[in-house]
Amino acid sequence: MLEKALRFLMLLFARVLTGARAVPVQAISREPTVYFSNHVSHGDFVLVWAVLDKAARERTRPVAAADYWNGNAIKRFIGNRIVRALLIERDPAKRLENPVEQMCQALDRGESLILFPEGTRNLTDAPLLAFKSGLFHLAQQRPNVRLVPAFIDNLHRVLPKGEVIPIPLLCTVYFGAPLERIEGEVKADFLIRAQTSLLAAKKL
Amino acid sequence: MTVTLQLFIGILSVLCIASAIAYGLRFRVANGKPHAVIDNLIARINAWWAMVGVVALAFACGKETLIALFALLSLLALREFVTLTYTKRSDHLVLALAFYLCLPVQFALIWIEWYGMYSIFIPVYAFLLLPIIAALRADTERYLERIAVVQWALMLAVFCLSHVPALATLEIPGFEGRQMLLIAFLVIVVQSSDVLQYVWGKLLGRNLVAPKLSPSKTWEGLIGGVLSATALGAALFWITPFSPLQAAGIAFVINLMGFFGGLVMSAIKRAHGVKDWGHLIAGHGGILDRLDSVIFSAPIFFHLTRYFFVP
Repeated sequence: MLEKALRFLMLLFARVLTGARAVPVQAISREPTVYFSNHVSHGDFVLVWAVLDKAARERTRPVAAADYWNGNAIKRFIGNRIVRALLIERDPAKRLENPVEQMCQALDRGESLILFPEGTRNLTDAPLLAFKSGLFHLAQQRPNVRLVPAFIDNLHRVLPKGEVIPIPLLCTVYFGAPLERIEGEVKADFLIRAQTSLLAAKKL
Repeated sequence: MTVTLQLFIGILSVLCIASAIAYGLRFRVANGKPHAVIDNLIARINAWWAMVGVVALAFACGKETLIALFALLSLLALREFVTLTYTKRSDHLVLALAFYLCLPVQFALIWIEWYGMYSIFIPVYAFLLLPIIAALRADTERYLERIAVVQWALMLAVFCLSHVPALATLEIPGFEGRQMLLIAFLVIVVQSSDVLQYVWGKLLGRNLVAPKLSPSKTWEGLIGGVLSATALGAALFWITPFSPLQAAGIAFVINLMGFFGGLVMSAIKRAHGVKDWGHLIAGHGGILDRLDSVIFSAPIFFHLTRYFFVP
């Protein structure tokens, strides 16, 4: 009950603050989907979540870093109970479970995922950081799952790193066409293509 | 009150007629099928119903509610302007001051009717202090452009727009207690001018005024729209402290300002490669797409009225 109320307030706050909207709305589907996005702030997944319709949102979980969201009791409560994030261990040395395996299991349960393949927040002036390989391995193991680029626009201006007061600027999540699968494509090519499709989503 | 009520009934009748015509067109011309122009027309008229409803409610609640309503519109307009234009991470404090200090203070000054301060707060104090704060951050990349954007945003979305509710504070002898009708006059005349320009343009429009800025602004629409809205302004003299001739003259000036306001705002949109400021009002675009003409005409209308009619 409390989690539901807090989740509702979080989404309401994000919507009122940023006027978040999805372009195009038709990109949202109820099939298991991996939405992959650029990562500029801690609020990124909230924005993607906020523009999904209710049915899609209830089965969509952001993939997040366990070391961050298990940091303290409050973060643990937010990460596990409100956001229901799929927590993965970023440091290979500390891993008990394989992150790609965890994501596959979630997809097999009919869930969708919000993934940030850059692995960390992009605080540079470059539009995107290099993608980590998780998206590639996920694509290999689940060849039929939709991989949809979702470019988050303007959120870095709402709350830049190190600032406390959010500015109510308009934000948009641009969805691109699902990534095509190319038989035998090598990792580097696939990741470049995924990056390109994410940047191209904004220009649609 | 009876004047306000008569006016309101008049507006509702016009909207009813407009809706009837639009649905008639959908039935006759489009045979009930999707039709881009007619569907847009219906969306626009439906949005008018909503906008008239909101403004009428604020009028019924009184001056304070009207000030609060325009403060909210100002916030929405400011966010649309800043969203489209270029600022950097180092402008965060300046933007926070614009949104959370300058905007509320401007409307609070109007609330307490401190004319001497609300007419210089943004053009003098904010104009000089915000660049100082920006300069202290020592980020010089595109410095003038970044700070100018914030100054323009504040001038248009906050300062100019705040002159609409400020009209309710003007003390005109023999017009006490009816000042809110000045707001009704301004908004009705200028918005009708926009609509009539659109109608005349769609009916007769051939020659573009500024082909590079706007594909929809034609000389036929401009002349027909401004003249017919001026006639409407003259016909509405009975809700104002003006004589019919004075009402026509003032309506003519604010209609021209409104037209050129739309032109200036189009230039900014084109420079940033977009067609609309936002998506808040279905069929119209953003708040700024609807208010551009009011923004440019409100301060002029305010000062003309104040200069000639407030002793």
